[in-house]
Amino acid sequence: MRVTIGWLYGRKMNIYGDRGNVQTVAQRARWRGIDADVREIGIGDPLPDEIDVFFFGGGQDQSQVAVARDLQGEKGERLKAAVADGAALLAICGGYQLLGHEYRPHDAEPLPGIGLFDLVTEAGPERFIGNVLIGSRWGELVGFENHSGLTHLGPGVEPMGKVLVGRGNNGQDGTEGAIAGTAVGCYMHGALLPKNPTLADWLLETGLRRRDPSFTLSPLDDTFETAAHATARERARTTR
Amino acid sequence: METKGGARRIDPRLAAALAASRLTATSIRRLGRGGGTSAPGLVAERIDPAILTKLTAGLTDGAIVVAGTNGKTTTSRMIADILEVAGHAVIHNRSGSNLVRGVVTAFAGHASLTGRVGAGIAVIESDEAAFPAVVRLTRPRIILLNNLFRDQLDRYGELDTIVRSWRGALETLDASTTIVINADDPSLVALTDGLRARLVRFGLDDPTWRLDTLPHAVDSTSCRWCGADLDYGALYVSHLGDWRCAACGRRRPELDMTGRAIDLRGVESLAMTVDGPGGEGRIEIGVPGLYNAYNVLAAVTVARVAGVPDETIATALAAFRSAFGRIERVTYRNRTLTLALVKNPVGFNEVLRMLTMASGGLTVPTLIAINDRDADGRDVSWLWDVDFELLAPGDRPLFTTGIRGTDMGNRLKYAGVPPERITPLPDDLAKALDQFVAAAPEGSTAYILPTYTAMLDLRQVLAGLGAVETFWKQ
Repeated sequence: MRVTIGWLYGRKMNIYGDRGNVQTVAQRARWRGIDADVREIGIGDPLPDEIDVFFFGGGQDQSQVAVARDLQGEKGERLKAAVADGAALLAICGGYQLLGHEYRPHDAEPLPGIGLFDLVTEAGPERFIGNVLIGSRWGELVGFENHSGLTHLGPGVEPMGKVLVGRGNNGQDGTEGAIAGTAVGCYMHGALLPKNPTLADWLLETGLRRRDPSFTLSPLDDTFETAAHATARERARTTR
Repeated sequence: METKGGARRIDPRLAAALAASRLTATSIRRLGRGGGTSAPGLVAERIDPAILTKLTAGLTDGAIVVAGTNGKTTTSRMIADILEVAGHAVIHNRSGSNLVRGVVTAFAGHASLTGRVGAGIAVIESDEAAFPAVVRLTRPRIILLNNLFRDQLDRYGELDTIVRSWRGALETLDASTTIVINADDPSLVALTDGLRARLVRFGLDDPTWRLDTLPHAVDSTSCRWCGADLDYGALYVSHLGDWRCAACGRRRPELDMTGRAIDLRGVESLAMTVDGPGGEGRIEIGVPGLYNAYNVLAAVTVARVAGVPDETIATALAAFRSAFGRIERVTYRNRTLTLALVKNPVGFNEVLRMLTMASGGLTVPTLIAINDRDADGRDVSWLWDVDFELLAPGDRPLFTTGIRGTDMGNRLKYAGVPPERITPLPDDLAKALDQFVAAAPEGSTAYILPTYTAMLDLRQVLAGLGAVETFWKQ
């Protein structure tokens, strides 16, 4: 068995240890005897058909403009089609914003997104920086946020979770992230998946079920992951 | 500040600020609360916001400001040592407190209560965020820009933000300021493009130490002018090297000072040749690793710009001692502990490269201590940009501790280190140190790799046990 992981703009959008998320999905597959193949999908590269799990990380402003342009048109449409067909996707920070309808900076033209998530983001006056803890359908998730974008979800959009500690999408409505079918987007990095193995395994299992709907993952020894999760939870509770 | 007749006109606000600063410093020392490297300056600045400008105006040979993500403490110490050996009276914020208040503390400590500065030249190590203010307040004669990496993003915001604020400060300078830059860093070349200040560029040229692939921690591989991916004729550390852009034709500019024939001697020392308009000189120095070759080259370039003769530079660097916490050895319970500060992906990668260079894996037991306090960076995601995969081969045990020791253990697991080689120790550094030392054979060597505040805590533990002296006495 094999899982193919598509790392969108890995070279340009890898700002907060994002490669840890890709590594986590790949390693957790390998530890179960599943081959893992990571493909970087850069600017100008076509979107391969065989991707099971997509990852899209955060980037600096300069990178984000080039990436937004590259996603317009066929490539973005193919990405949306892959997710509609059941491919799993995790997008964080800049990647999350660019998969919404639009990002509106302070002093420049709006950056168009591809509307995979029904949301818009505007530049905000302050930067939200700190540990985050949310309650979600994957249990409590821990991470770290560092963003000034304020993301507003469209009506009826399911957030990834409810903020227990931190600011989340916009610091106002208590939501963090968004879910659209088999796609999840959020501001939490950390890296996110190594400390939240339930979410990592959901992405892996979801991606593989696209080909084999009855596929189920075998359990792993998560002693190290659980310890890291507990520390991050404690730090969020005590230091924000 | 002095009138023609020699009678001093006292600036009452400045005098009050200096008196308050001195009082604060004395109280802190009496209370035994550590070095007092920033509170006195903070107090003085509150009383007289112009204190730094007033005091730097009294310097006969001006101020040298050192900034950049990696190596600024080591480099500024090298520069200060060279200037001292050359006979200058030097003010230097030596204890690594590099915000504006730390700079003010250093100056206040060297000034009389009437504001007379007992030094001719200043070496100012500046924090990234403080750099625009330091430049504005001191009008430096020489600025050294070492490199720009992602570092503690949660404190500084993104790299693009820093670049914009630095550019604004540098644009205010004219040709009376010399900016010394590492031309191997494309973002510094872009940052200083078209400025009125005089530019002096340094870089490496040594095919022996080229990297085969781009390390993961790389951030600046896009051309800063056109956005295309850069090509490298040679890559030395992270994104530093002989870069060029196939799309727009920009490339590393001609070097004024070149480092070559670098001889790296494990965790001990290095030698290199520095070549420039003043001729060629061989430097031998007791700091290890290729990243220190950059620091040496930077210090030598600044010293030459400041007019120090080559022989003096070589003599000063031969006697150079490692800066606090960068690499040092202490003896404790009949073990030799080599401590190397790790504070960001690039520095950590260089330390790992150095420790595994000889045999392809670690040769001795190693303790990694990760904290997430403000000075460490509260966001530990940077651990995922460090190439811990280098530690997967071999059989030496790895130990983890610190507030975020559990994150470190998990990171090692995902890097492919078998879980049975990873021993999580208690967060408490005193307990962890005790258990770690017990696990290392008597008479052996062991490595300890702590983040900044973990290093401070470990130093305190070791000092309490009589193993090392406290750092601010250095």
